[in-house]
This record gives sequence, structure tokens and C-alpha cells, in this order.
Amino acid sequence: MFLKNTYNEFIKIAAKPRSYISIAAITVLVGIILFAMKIDGPAYISFITASFEQTLNFEGKIMNGNLMAFIILQMLIVQIPLLVALVTGDLISGEAAMGTIRMLLSKPISRTKVLLSKYTAGLLYTFFILLWMGFMAVIVGRWLFGDGDLMVLNSDGLVIIPANDIAWRFIGGFMIAFLALATVATLSIMLSCFSDNSIGPIVSTMSVIILFTIIGTLDVPVFDNIRPFLFTTHMAAWRSFFDNPLPIQAIKESVIILFAHIGIFLSIAIYHFNKKDILS
Amino acid sequence: MEQSIISISHLAKNYGSFQAVKDVNITVNKGDVYGILGPNGAGKSTTIRCMLSLINASAGSISLFGHDIKTHRKEALSKIGCIVEKPDFYKYLSAETNLAIFGRMAGADVSKKNLHKMLSFVGLEGREKDKVSGFSHGMKQRLGIAQTLLHNPDLIILDEPTTGLDPQGIIDIRNLILNLKNEFQKTIVLSSHILSEIELIANKMVIINKGITVVEGSVQALLNQEELLVLFEVTDSKAAVNNLTAYKNIQIIDPHHFEITISKNEIPECITTLQKADVLVYGVETKRKLEDYFLKLTKA
Repeated sequence: MFLKNTYNEFIKIAAKPRSYISIAAITVLVGIILFAMKIDGPAYISFITASFEQTLNFEGKIMNGNLMAFIILQMLIVQIPLLVALVTGDLISGEAAMGTIRMLLSKPISRTKVLLSKYTAGLLYTFFILLWMGFMAVIVGRWLFGDGDLMVLNSDGLVIIPANDIAWRFIGGFMIAFLALATVATLSIMLSCFSDNSIGPIVSTMSVIILFTIIGTLDVPVFDNIRPFLFTTHMAAWRSFFDNPLPIQAIKESVIILFAHIGIFLSIAIYHFNKKDILS
Repeated sequence: MEQSIISISHLAKNYGSFQAVKDVNITVNKGDVYGILGPNGAGKSTTIRCMLSLINASAGSISLFGHDIKTHRKEALSKIGCIVEKPDFYKYLSAETNLAIFGRMAGADVSKKNLHKMLSFVGLEGREKDKVSGFSHGMKQRLGIAQTLLHNPDLIILDEPTTGLDPQGIIDIRNLILNLKNEFQKTIVLSSHILSEIELIANKMVIINKGITVVEGSVQALLNQEELLVLFEVTDSKAAVNNLTAYKNIQIIDPHHFEITISKNEIPECITTLQKADVLVYGVETKRKLEDYFLKLTKA
């Protein structure tokens, strides 16, 4: 029954026009970035490397597909939560708004299973969105700009990663990025359980992300104890896979924090959804 | 002995300090077409939602097919097909896909053959691939009924099934419900505030008012036990009244008409008395039916 219902949820997601907004948006955004880099890429790279050129001599092809993929990930990973919430935030509240929730919950299947079916479908949609972004960034990026060593500028300085050492880092980075987006999806589904309209959970999800991000970036001591436990602090943890040496402890902590948030959000969602009176 | 399918005892539902349902008691037997009657806001929909576990009851017990809805929800709901309030579907999907989605959840056979058979039964043949967004309210109602039948349930619950339909739509749905009873031997529970609807379809009914069961019983018995306001058309109303001294509450309307409050069983007796007194009876019109009975109970 769970699998049948999950299949139902796929049909619904696949048939909704809004599900394709994300795919279209990613395609257009990545297309624009790649086009811009193809035209003005060398000037952009020179601007970034200008400060190092007096001390370092760059040889080879700096502007390659790997660098493009990294730049695209860095630019878009902030926008993707909105695209994910657009669909996952609607999964429960959309049914309430349409009135279909009455028919859905009067069937001989537990509310927990209904919710988990939607959750599974939502996660797979999130995974597909990320996969599409990965395809556009890595595969199309490499196709257009070729392979090469990756030059990453982070807070500790410049990191050069050889071309043959990059693939697993992208895979690891995407896995952590998926976990971060899964946290956003879980948050939006949880908020969706509390609402009877589609817009509320989407706006609320983005508000929480913005609020947590501001708290995380404000350099005020009062937030020092909270900051490490906010999921938004760990949403950029995918970048750790492009550090040398790999900060395993930091990655572990991020994974634990993100899983903890998923667990808390999902538990609240299940509890509330089971107790909720269907009045719509 | 009649087999009880639904047994609701002292059902109550509170929303904070507001009591939507205070004390509802219902017993539906196998094969019944059971009407839940009450004015708007009486607690009919809340009762139905509690039955289907869409709403958690504050007090009381609900047993469906012998299963407590709280502890054996799945077993109880597997034998029920329902439409609560109005049939809402995924507008962006076709009639066929909508049926398949709800059918899968109910464990029904969702083969195209079965889906088309159901759509044909409710008069939607040829519209299988059409998106529900283009359906009228009446078509959605029929699609809703097809959805309730997919898993061949023993009990069908319809919450205000004719609300919002045009006169032809009301007749179509009424005939469809009677078909379900006569051809498929389904037990049907329907709520309505349209009194004639219950009178025409149901064999048993409950009247709910202000969240309380006012009366429950067979429609026929409830109608019979109640006094009727009967209008007689006769040759001489004065002579007629003089011969009906055994009855109270007689009022002369004009020289040829008078009204009398009697039970249904007393009508033949009255006619016989008048005939014996050489007062010819040209017409008898019963004016107090379920509507008056209902109004009397709900105003009390």
C-alpha cells in the first residue's frame, strides 16, 4: 500500500505544472551562467586570480568544466531551497486547499503512511532537481569547457585539486547538498501539515531559512551557542568536500545536525498530521 | 435479527468551548438507506467526519462493521466508500487517473476495464480521458460516486450529495443512489438538509438538531405516528364538521373546505363517517409531512 501510494504521489507531482518550474529555472540559470562564462569567463577568472598572480604562476586551463560546476553549485545552491519548497510545501496543504484531503484520508491507509508516501515522493523530487542541476553543471559544464584541475578559493586560501581527484568530491558534495535540501523539504512538509493553503508553507519555509541564515551570519556573541545547531549553518557543508585535507569531523557534524533536523521536523509532521482534524 | 453496520453512541465533538456535536446516537443496519437530517450547522457533517476518522471525537464511541474506528480504522474504512461534503478531485488529472489514484488507496482493481465500467455506470462513458477541470458539479458528483464504488464497499456514505445540483442533476443522483440500493444491495448513509430528499430515498432516518439526536426511526413510522394537517374538499363543510364531533382541531376554511388535524390512520375513518352522513368527499390533501415534523422538532 505504501509503494502504491508513493506511486500515486509521483503521478500527482509529475502532472503538476509547478513541478517543472524548478527544472526550467535551473536550465535557464545554468544556461545563462555557462553562456556568460563562455563569453566573459577569461576576464572573470583574471579578476579572481589577480591577487595571486604576483606570487603564483598559473599554468594549464584554469577555466574548465570543473570550475564551472563549482561556481554554478555555489551560486545556485542558495536558490534551490525555494524551488524545492515550491513543490514540497504544497504536498499536504495543497490537498487541503483542493479538498482532496477528505477523500485521501477516508481511505483505509494510515495517515502516517499517507504522509510518508508524500515525503518519499518529495525527497525523490528533490533528488531529481539536484541531479538535474548536477547534470547541467558538471556534464554540460565539462562538455562546454573541458576537464582540468579545480582551483577553489576558500577562507584558508587557494586549494588546487587535480582533475583525477575531483569526481568523488562532486559526488560527496552532492550527497551533502541533498541532505541539506532534504532538510528544507522536510521543514516545508512539516509546515504544510499546519496549513490549509499552498502559499503559507512555501513562504514560511523561506522565512525560516532567511531568519536562520541571518542569525548564522550575524557576528553577535549572543548567537554563538545557537549558530552551530542551525541547519542553515550546515547547508553549505558540501563545500567541505573541496577542502584539502578533507575536514571529516566538520562533515560528520554537519551530517548529524542535518539528520537531527530531519528527524525533528518529520516527527512533528507525523504527530500533528495524525492529530489534525480535517475541517477543509 | 438485523445486522448493525454503524453504531454511534453518545458522540460529542468540541472545538474549544464550542460543542459542534453534543450527543448523537445512530444505528444503521445492513441494507438501510439511512438519512441524517438536520438544519445547517446541526452537526451532520461533523458526525460523518467523525465516522470516517477525519475528525477525532471528543467523547462517545463509533463502531463500523463491529470495528472501533479509533483502534481498527483500516478494517472499518476498507468497507466504506464515501463523499464528504463535495467531491473534490485533482483538476489537472483525467477522470480515469483520479479514479485510479483513489482506487489504489482503497485496494481496488484499477484496471482500465474496471475504471471504465464504473465511469460508464455513473454515465461518464467517453469522458475517461478528460481532465476534471472541465467537469460540471454534477459530473464531479457522479465521478465521486464512481470513486466510492471502485473497491466494492458494503457501505456508502454521501454527505449532502445533491447540494449545488440543478433539478435534473438532483434526479440523476437520486436515481443513482436508488440503483446502488436496488441493484448493488449497498447500505447507504446520506445526510441532507433537503427534507424531501430523505423522504424520497431513505427508509430510516435520524434528525439531528444543535448536535443532539432528536429522533431516530423508520421514515414511514415517523411520518405515520405524527399528526397530519388534512384539507378536505366536501359538498358542505358545516355539515361535515357537525358529523366529526369526535375530532378536535377542526377549522372551516370556506363552505366547501375544512382542515382537521388527525393521524394518517384516521383519514379513512373520517371519510367513512362523512359518507355515512351523506357528505361527499371530493378531495383529501395531507398538508403536514416530514417538513412540518422536522420544523416542529428542530424549533423545539
